[in-house]
Amino acid sequence: MTTEAITPAEADAVAEAKPRYKLAMYWASACGGCDVAVLNLGMKLIEFTERWEPVFWPAAMDAKRADVRAMDDGEIDVCLFDGGIRTDEDAEMARLLRAKSKVLVAFGSCAGEGCIPGLANQRSIEAVFAAAYDPELNDVNGGTPNGPWGSPYGELELPTLEVRLRTLGQVVDIDYLVPGCPPETERIAEVLGAVTAALDGTGPLPPKGAVLGAGTSTVCDECTRERGVKTIKEFKRIQTLAEVDPNLCLLEQGLPCCGPAARDGCGAKCPAAGAPCIGCYGATQGVKDFGARLLSAYASVVDASEPEDIERILAGLPDTVGQFYRFSLAASLLHGGRS
Amino acid sequence: MTAPVTTPETAAPAAAGQPFEPVILGFTCNWCSYRAADLAGTARTKYPYNVRLIRLMCSGRMEPEFILEGFARGADAVIMTGCWPEDCHYRIQSVKALRRFLFLRRTLSDLGIEPARLQRFYASAAEGQRFADEMARIVAEVKALGPIPPETRVALAEPPAAPPAAAEPVEVEA
Repeated sequence: MTTEAITPAEADAVAEAKPRYKLAMYWASACGGCDVAVLNLGMKLIEFTERWEPVFWPAAMDAKRADVRAMDDGEIDVCLFDGGIRTDEDAEMARLLRAKSKVLVAFGSCAGEGCIPGLANQRSIEAVFAAAYDPELNDVNGGTPNGPWGSPYGELELPTLEVRLRTLGQVVDIDYLVPGCPPETERIAEVLGAVTAALDGTGPLPPKGAVLGAGTSTVCDECTRERGVKTIKEFKRIQTLAEVDPNLCLLEQGLPCCGPAARDGCGAKCPAAGAPCIGCYGATQGVKDFGARLLSAYASVVDASEPEDIERILAGLPDTVGQFYRFSLAASLLHGGRS
Repeated sequence: MTAPVTTPETAAPAAAGQPFEPVILGFTCNWCSYRAADLAGTARTKYPYNVRLIRLMCSGRMEPEFILEGFARGADAVIMTGCWPEDCHYRIQSVKALRRFLFLRRTLSDLGIEPARLQRFYASAAEGQRFADEMARIVAEVKALGPIPPETRVALAEPPAAPPAAAEPVEVEA
């Protein structure tokens, strides 16, 4: 990736000719991988800063919530919001950035459909704390940090956990969605380029609610493996296989691949590398519930007609929720069973 | 004059002291189980009124999404019915429906929804009595289970509260 050398004078002329848009990026309950995926743009990111001025981006620059509060409503042109809404602070930031941004993008799987943190929706807050702060394992500070907390370092007011993780769209109105865990860097560049063109008025503005940086088909469509008639007699774990056929469809080999339900756009990198798709781009176009669609696809290719035989094959999937809803539990029709 | 239809969404929660009347969705196939229900009707066979029947062309048309949406909208139980496997008008679709049913029942159970809330039985076009008996059995089972936990009825939940004015007083931060 090279950029043509331009003199400062030329750069000024370009900046004068074209407006510089204000960009914010925030992480709520997320791992930070989405921020890293944006930083992975490398030189491209430097080019983007000619047209984009980051005004709030905790992962990359020093700006505080008070700075955002001091902005006018709608002052930020585009906010990329990654992470789910798990704490009262996440919800507050979502509302604040919604008010301050013209365009709010649910960026990445957590903001879009809950992702891995959403799997905790199967359990109560007490169970989550019991698992994370098991006193026998790691209770070094005493108590669980939730709300007011008398820490050894003084009185702290920490965010409190909400009853379940919600997606950004379940809390505030969102304009666009960029799927992926994290979104592929080249797709991020495409999205930023398209959004710049739309704001300049030189490109089409995607309709509200559109999914950007991804396709409308499934990962199977992008996958180059050979597909035949699928008849699954047993679900296998990849660790137990001596060898994975490099050319044959992974589902046909008995590996629970999420390709049939997952949205394309990633380039089917996992199956190309011999690992089953885990469905991080979320449900494909027109699907309300990722898990329902995937289990329907699996049920269609299971080679058994007697209940006992079907149950035996099904037992090869010991964690059905983890298999069918790894990334989408919080956005599923049952929201992981907690309101 | 028609009585107002109680859908899962309009069903009022049982008042204290009132017996629990479950709201149950029943999916039938066009060729067998719907005909069985029809036969039960023309024969004046009585069975509990808790079931709302929805006719599909085939039980193989049953998408798991329909069932999940039914639960999300407040159904206390969902019943899948269809042709006996050897009678299915679309060859093996009844078997595919059986597989989807077993897969979905396991997944629902892992999500905390009792397996008895998802039921399945076969009824041929001649089995009106069987249809009525099975419905009575299932309604009794669901009554014993009680209403579905309110947290499952997310589609009925109020949307998140409107955001308070964004321009909160600026707090001092380090």
